[in-house]
Amino acid sequence: MVETMLTAVSGVFLLAGGLFGIMGGIGPLRFPDFYTRLHAAGITDTLCAFLIIVGLVIQAGLALVSIKLMLILVFMVFTAPTASHALARAGMAAGDDPGTLEGEPAPVAPLDSSGEPSSNS
Amino acid sequence: MTTVLVLTALAIFVTMALALVRALKGPSVFDRIVAVNVIGTKTVLIVALITAISGNDDLIDVALVYALINFIAIVAVLKLSRMRDLAASGEGDITDG
Amino acid sequence: MRYLFSLAVVLSLLWLGMSGVYKPLMYILGAGSVVFVVWMSRRMDVVGVEHNPVLYSWRLPIYWLWLLWEIVKSNIEVSRAALWPGKLVRPRVLKVPMSLGSAVGKVTYANSITLTPGTVTLLLEDDHLEVHALLESSAASLESGDMEAKIAWLENHK
Repeated sequence: MVETMLTAVSGVFLLAGGLFGIMGGIGPLRFPDFYTRLHAAGITDTLCAFLIIVGLVIQAGLALVSIKLMLILVFMVFTAPTASHALARAGMAAGDDPGTLEGEPAPVAPLDSSGEPSSNS
Repeated sequence: MTTVLVLTALAIFVTMALALVRALKGPSVFDRIVAVNVIGTKTVLIVALITAISGNDDLIDVALVYALINFIAIVAVLKLSRMRDLAASGEGDITDG
Repeated sequence: MRYLFSLAVVLSLLWLGMSGVYKPLMYILGAGSVVFVVWMSRRMDVVGVEHNPVLYSWRLPIYWLWLLWEIVKSNIEVSRAALWPGKLVRPRVLKVPMSLGSAVGKVTYANSITLTPGTVTLLLEDDHLEVHALLESSAASLESGDMEAKIAWLENHK
């Protein structure tokens, strides 16, 4: 009985993780500029990874694999914001304008408006 | 149960394909790096799922190491695209401060 | 010294969790690598700065659970925006004032903001942050200052 319930719960977690993963794939395709795409990529780093790894941990139970899976999750949670921040900073350093500061919402640019960054920076 | 695992793996492959489209379309180099970052994260999850599907627990170490290498690779590529030199340091370095 | 000892304990636990082969030779090799890493960390002068005792407070798991709930909520918002980008996406840059004192608190704040989808920290200054927000709702939840209050609560435990 408990076995069946755990299987069902981990199945729900895994499928929900896959669904959020696809959202994180659609987002970067449809969002207008580089900074907004960064947010969509953040979905795959956080909730998608969390749900799939927790689903696998529930299936594995108390084993060495579970410890390693949790370690993967910890590494991802600590490195994902650093990578996002480095990407945002690199974009800013290359002169990609993130929008208006403290003002009106920036107008949503058409899909292919941001050009190549200057390569001699 | 294996069906659910395979379905999840398929969803992740779809995500990787979508990210690949973004990596090919660009337009700026940072859009491509975001897409590569997504593909790297998904690779870790795929390897973890393959571990569960195949039942071969040793593969999980591959996922663990890939999670670390992925982060280092992204920062290194960003630094390379910014400074044109992995050993350089100075004004505008993203790995500094 | 205290920091070196806690680093050694954490590394030993990590080694025990990862190894899976429990034989005398393996224990000797593991102990050797732990000692080597602790010695290297001391030589590199990286021990102590990031090993703040606040990190081991009992309030940390509660904060993580709260952060997880925030992440779930904002993930659902951003996923909805991915399906209807024209209607929901309102990107803008906010300047968020910050009154946290310690460096660890500031970095925790900036990292938690970046970890929540919909908001990315662009710049971390002494008294404010520059944050890129994707949606109206993510900007509003940031301006309410809930997260800063939580981190102040997390830090005040002694």
